[in-house]
Amino acid sequence: MSEEIKVDKIMDLKGLPCPQPVIKVSKGIKEIAIGQVLEAITTDPGALSDFPAWSRTSGNEILKTDQEGGLIRFIIKRVK
Amino acid sequence: MSEVLGAKAEESHRGITVVDDLARQMGELKKQVENIKPGADDRVSIIVFSSDLDKILAAFIIATGAVAMGMEAVMFFTFWGTPVLRDPKKKAGGKDLMGKMFGFMLPKGRNAIKLSKMNMAGMGTSMMKSLMKKKNVASLDEMLDMAAELGVKIYICEMTMSLMGFKKEEFIDYPNLEYVGVATFLEQAKNSKVQLFI
Repeated sequence: MSEEIKVDKIMDLKGLPCPQPVIKVSKGIKEIAIGQVLEAITTDPGALSDFPAWSRTSGNEILKTDQEGGLIRFIIKRVK
Repeated sequence: MSEVLGAKAEESHRGITVVDDLARQMGELKKQVENIKPGADDRVSIIVFSSDLDKILAAFIIATGAVAMGMEAVMFFTFWGTPVLRDPKKKAGGKDLMGKMFGFMLPKGRNAIKLSKMNMAGMGTSMMKSLMKKKNVASLDEMLDMAAELGVKIYICEMTMSLMGFKKEEFIDYPNLEYVGVATFLEQAKNSKVQLFI
């Protein structure tokens, strides 16, 4: 069993297509402190490659990715 | 014996020349490294030449996406792209005949532009707009608001303005808008990692 990660902020991005999920998350992550954790829920299939690309470029870390039906859940830690 | 000594002396002499040579090369390299200018920035520079709705949307998606990725974005509106940024609610007087003609013939703002394909006398464009709404794709109005909020820089080509007789007072209110020439854009583009022509 994986340990429970404490989430500081949840963003519901269901139904939003590209490029909105990445844009909203890039803004949302600035609203939490460095070291805090953001959970983003999206239905955009492109997010599966877009979020990792955004994380590599922005330097923030994706701790966990879950996929369940059409829902994709990212647990992201603010590093920068 | 003296032969051996002579050979040794020659060898060490050669050694010194090699060291000298290396030192000289190192010095030159150092100078070159000092002269190296900082490389390209994390910036996207987009030339927006077209006034097609689909292309303008693509340009805004890339520009706003770039800022989300932690990059800077600059959009340079020129030629047919320029009238897209006109504000339909604003009027500008003092135009000559050609200016009036261009003003009349070219789209008055972003909501008057059409798809580059499948426009079908406007039917295709309005179908696309309602489809975008249904699928939650951001409209051009929303994209522009997002771009403003994210700090996407917009440049408008001065030459197109004077060529087509556009006036500054008929353009949209946008926080990061400047009227510039090609040199200003190129200065930005030169140091951009991504450059696009749309």
